[in-house]
Amino acid sequence: MDLKVKLGILADAAKYDASCSSSGAKRRDSSGSKGVGSAGGTGICHSYTPDGRCISLLKILLTNVCIYDCHYCINRRSSDVRRARFSVEEVVQLTLDFYKRNYIEGLFLSSGIVRDADFTMEEVIRVARELRETHHFRGYIHLKTIPEASQELIEEAGKYADRISINIELPSEEGIKALAPEKDLRRTQQAMGGIRSRIESGREEQKDRTKRGRPSRTKAAGGVPKVYASGQSTQMIVGVDRSNDELILRRSDHLYRSYRLKRVYYSAFSPIPASSVVLPAKAPPLIREHRLYQADWLLRFYGFQVGELTPTDGPEQGNLDLDLDPKLAWALRFRDWFPIDLNRGSREQLLRIPGLGVRNVERILKARRWSLIRLVDLTRLRVNLKKCLPFIMTPDHSPSRLGLDNEDRIRARYAPAPKQLEFDFGEARRSALTGEV
Amino acid sequence: MQQVTIEPNFPAWRTRARELLVSGIEPAETFWSDGFGGQSDLFPELVVKEIEPRQSNDKSPSDFRIPKAFLDLAETVSCHRDESRWGLLYRILWRIARRGERHLLGLPTDADIRKANTLAKEVRRDCHKMRAFVRFRKVAENEENGREQFVAWFEPMHHIVRYNASFFQKRFTGMDWSILTPDECAHWDGLKLQFSQGVEKSAAPTDDALEEVWRSYYQNIFNPVRLKLKAMQSEMPVKYWKNLPEATLIQDLTAGASMKQEEMIEREPLPLRAAPKNLYLRSLNEMNEVALVSEAGAEDSIPLAEMRKSAHSCRACPLWENATQTIFGEGNEAADIMLIGEQPGDEEDISGMPFVGPAGQLLEEILAEAELDREQIYLTNAVKHFKWKPGGKQRLHDKANRAEMKACRPWLLGEIARVSPRVIVTVGNTAAQSVIDPSFKITTQRGLVEWPNQIEFKGPVVATIHPSFLLRMRDRSERDKNTKLMVEELRLVRTLASKASQRVKVIY
Repeated sequence: MDLKVKLGILADAAKYDASCSSSGAKRRDSSGSKGVGSAGGTGICHSYTPDGRCISLLKILLTNVCIYDCHYCINRRSSDVRRARFSVEEVVQLTLDFYKRNYIEGLFLSSGIVRDADFTMEEVIRVARELRETHHFRGYIHLKTIPEASQELIEEAGKYADRISINIELPSEEGIKALAPEKDLRRTQQAMGGIRSRIESGREEQKDRTKRGRPSRTKAAGGVPKVYASGQSTQMIVGVDRSNDELILRRSDHLYRSYRLKRVYYSAFSPIPASSVVLPAKAPPLIREHRLYQADWLLRFYGFQVGELTPTDGPEQGNLDLDLDPKLAWALRFRDWFPIDLNRGSREQLLRIPGLGVRNVERILKARRWSLIRLVDLTRLRVNLKKCLPFIMTPDHSPSRLGLDNEDRIRARYAPAPKQLEFDFGEARRSALTGEV
Repeated sequence: MQQVTIEPNFPAWRTRARELLVSGIEPAETFWSDGFGGQSDLFPELVVKEIEPRQSNDKSPSDFRIPKAFLDLAETVSCHRDESRWGLLYRILWRIARRGERHLLGLPTDADIRKANTLAKEVRRDCHKMRAFVRFRKVAENEENGREQFVAWFEPMHHIVRYNASFFQKRFTGMDWSILTPDECAHWDGLKLQFSQGVEKSAAPTDDALEEVWRSYYQNIFNPVRLKLKAMQSEMPVKYWKNLPEATLIQDLTAGASMKQEEMIEREPLPLRAAPKNLYLRSLNEMNEVALVSEAGAEDSIPLAEMRKSAHSCRACPLWENATQTIFGEGNEAADIMLIGEQPGDEEDISGMPFVGPAGQLLEEILAEAELDREQIYLTNAVKHFKWKPGGKQRLHDKANRAEMKACRPWLLGEIARVSPRVIVTVGNTAAQSVIDPSFKITTQRGLVEWPNQIEFKGPVVATIHPSFLLRMRDRSERDKNTKLMVEELRLVRTLASKASQRVKVIY
């Protein structure tokens, strides 16, 4: 099979994985080596496809042959997609060729499960080992792991890959049982625990090396880490089972805390060319996906607690408001928190004001040490005034003058105009990138 | 107003700015020009003459301490194409150095700072886009050393080639490359980074055989059911498209997208295909079908190893839900001493073994101090799942309640019955309450416990503190005192264990 055709099949098979991040790696570069590659700063998106997603990594499967039968997946054994398989050497060469032309930051390799978990995992690891050891590749590598693979293989994967990940797929045990019969929530979480240990022990080793004063020597060679692994992430599919947003967010919170995940990706269940009888195709819930990302950010960077973000009663109990961003929706439910005086409020309070992001909160805290904050200062900081005015107080502004004395009026101020059916996914990307909601 | 003419780069500005600052020339008196913007001709009536630095002043350069953060900002801003940047930077410098506004950089609401930050941001964005959108084309291979040679064409918005070049040098060390731009070109041959004059686009190569493969990737990684053109354009503006080999596909991909989604939704779903005969799949299915144990699989006839296995699927209380796994007891299964703690912690939950976290390590030290070998003891917990509550970004230990302890009891009793130790030692209050008496108070009643306990254990029970209690203690003398006491209590355990064995000998 022609390389171009093969790449087509195995990229198509990999595109349902939302993760393409290449940030947060240990800092190193190719100085003084025969190879290429650097990482450690912010990730770089080398291109964007018309779906608004970035291309940062060469995201492919080693093979799309799979013995599992997960109903949401295009590569399940019951699917009728065309199958293909890369050799280890082909993937290695393709990664290097793409990297040298500056198309990509590195490789994101996953695979269908052939024969058994360990066999598959060994093949995947072989690609990473070749890249690192034979070709001195210092770019980014993300390996997808199989929960049932042995701990030794996870250890080895962590030696070469910056990021190791296992997809949790669905937030509930029942969901996984019904839609991914070969998978198991407990096993997946145990494997995530194993990855966390790997990453943490790698960090300890690095610290020991630093103590012994060895990095000066490694610095000359681009500071190559002994263990590359620096983080793990996972993906949850949204809108495929009946789990509500609260359940999804609770699972995420649990995963962040227990296994120190860098990211949980939410992936709106997207129709696939060969849908299963168990799971007929339908349009993807993109707005819901976007709201979950926003809520996720509020949990991690804004001091919100899981359970606060979704209504505890009413018809929308347990689900995020699709019309309003979750912070604004929260603020409307807890109006007695406001207004907050921008010149007196604590960091925790400022972070809860709709329209203020982490960065602007920091700027306000800094600036108010020298002078009082007024509306003109907010304009200079490019704060979204329309959004935050009802919730703040400054020497020249009090929300009472807006006459927004009941919830309906406030809602009317923010609710999208009825015509505006198309959703701007750009906002999702931007906030996903900047961390601001 | 007086003219200041400089070369359009940061060192040139720095030299002149330093001279003017020392000479005490007010920013308002100056008009900066770098010959690039051509604005100096616009208002000839305003410009009097090229400024001459005055020597006669009471200040020297060392009188001014300029924060490094400002120099970094100035270096970035100086890459911008906006000619007014030089004057702006001088004004900020003046305010910091001459007007004593040391905190100026920390004032994001100041108009000058805001302007400088905006310019810097635009430069950084341009640098970032250059790192993203430069596309190398392979032109040859060096026959002597085998190094591949690549050339790229790029059109930056600002004067960033020099500023950005070291990034490419560090990333593409192992290959020879040139980046050609209209302003300036950068070249790397493995030894030295060099710069040359800008060139025309026609000087760059027009194709690379691999671009076909790259386009195949681009086309197939695109998901047509998520079409979001605006999002794409905000990150990859149209102005860059002309130099991106993949951009030729955008139009066709976009046009065909909505049809693809309808096709997918209308297509008949596929039936299930039976599982292939595969040993691994069968073992997975067996694993997944393990019955969940709600009451203990701890009947007398079941050996310890079996019991351990069933405990892993225990759901007798809700604690399993937020824990990773059941942490069953470990160690010598025919031990004379059994040590019972309260419950596993964060690290135990991850590793699957009891007493491996910081408290576990301290326990090991204290055991050694008391001349007890951890390997010879059986270690377990009264509750076998980690119970936690959220705290910051962590999981904080949360005390198990009575119902949870009760649910776990069959496992504990099962372990005691099978290991059949001569002495039991409890660490911590909760463990003691679970084993001895719900009203037990470790602070006042620690040591050898002389009354009947809750578990109908016939041998001696010693209650001591939990090592994590020692870890939390701030007062050093308190901690030393309590550590010593704990060592003594463990020594007592050792003595009791050996005495007990003598007693057994006598009985036989």
